[in-house]
Amino acid sequence: MPNSPSDSDRPRRIRVQHRGPLLVEGPVEVELEDGSTVVSDRFRVALCTCRRSRRYPWCDTSHRERTRS
Amino acid sequence: MDHDRREPPLPSARGPVSAAVQEYLLGAGPLPRHEAVAGADVYGDDLQLALYICYELHYRGFSGVSSELEWDPALLRTRAVLEHRFLSALRTDTPVHDSVEDALAGLLVEPVDGTGLSHFLSKEGELRHVREYAAQRSLYHLKEADPHAWVLPRLWGRAKAGMAAVEFDEFGGGRPDRVHAHLFAELMTDLGLDTTYGYYLEAACAEMLATVNLMSLLGLHRSLRGALVGHFAAVEITSSPGSRRLAEAMRRTGAGPAAEHFYDEHVEADAVHEQVVRHEVIGGLLAEEPHLAPDVAFGIDVTGLVEDRLAERLLRDWTDGRSSLRTRSLSEIHHIS
Repeated sequence: MPNSPSDSDRPRRIRVQHRGPLLVEGPVEVELEDGSTVVSDRFRVALCTCRRSRRYPWCDTSHRERTRS
Repeated sequence: MDHDRREPPLPSARGPVSAAVQEYLLGAGPLPRHEAVAGADVYGDDLQLALYICYELHYRGFSGVSSELEWDPALLRTRAVLEHRFLSALRTDTPVHDSVEDALAGLLVEPVDGTGLSHFLSKEGELRHVREYAAQRSLYHLKEADPHAWVLPRLWGRAKAGMAAVEFDEFGGGRPDRVHAHLFAELMTDLGLDTTYGYYLEAACAEMLATVNLMSLLGLHRSLRGALVGHFAAVEITSSPGSRRLAEAMRRTGAGPAAEHFYDEHVEADAVHEQVVRHEVIGGLLAEEPHLAPDVAFGIDVTGLVEDRLAERLLRDWTDGRSSLRTRSLSEIHHIS
């Protein structure tokens, strides 16, 4: 699993996408603009980059294109 | 004979096919005749329940039924006939996209004027609708992610690692109090529902049985591993926005903190799972086995078909002022404290 000891021997990988969240190997601690911190110990964490998430800093898929059916 | 009395009771039969399967399991009669299976409505209560009962032997079984019957050759032959009818109908009725990319693209946009179940529940659902929805869905959520675990030995490399990581998260990341099935049981407690595994099988409609039968079908057959992966991707991609609406429904109806938490957790978890399933599981599988692309697309699109059928059924019943459950309305059985 991502939390195995060997993980500490290499840099933490972050996956960048053109449209979508940053994917970071967990666990992570995020410091927000007001100085508070939030923690996620999920194996991987999706960090919002579009700032539309209602659960910021975590992605809630609000970046998705909205269409009229 | 190995009888496990802690297991759920067999549900009442819904026609000649499910009645014969039941009697066979109890050692009281022969399996259904070929003509009975051929004549049953493929999406109807009788055939779907018969198939559900056959599959349930691979999960937790039934009280009074020998666990050895899971691998009974005659029963497996009958199950194969039921499966053949179900899968043939699904293949005929599902419009499948030409490519995996096209199938996924349709799920990666959010309609501003959506009309599905979660839209209804978030906007105008009442507590009774929310409770009914949870009772129906409990057939899956009390074994959440179990059918998908069967695909793990059929995957390699990236696809296996990605699938196992998502399943690990579904199963609580090593913590029993975070297992998603456990979180759903807590939601049910908030709603005054019975959390006993299999309790609402008696009440669930055929359309709900079909959604779980699809998962079991795809999970149990190695030949359908591509479709299982596509199905899982469709569930994870649509879950996050759907769960946000369902969390709103729980808040608006005052369902309770555990009920809200179940869907809040899925908003966040499935925003991650969606990425892992698309990039690692589908990407990894198709890098190894590119010939499975049409099956992956089928798995994505067939999930939409069975989910749409369930939504239509529930919304039609609710619009007409009926319960979607087969047994008496929930309010007559349980009272919310």
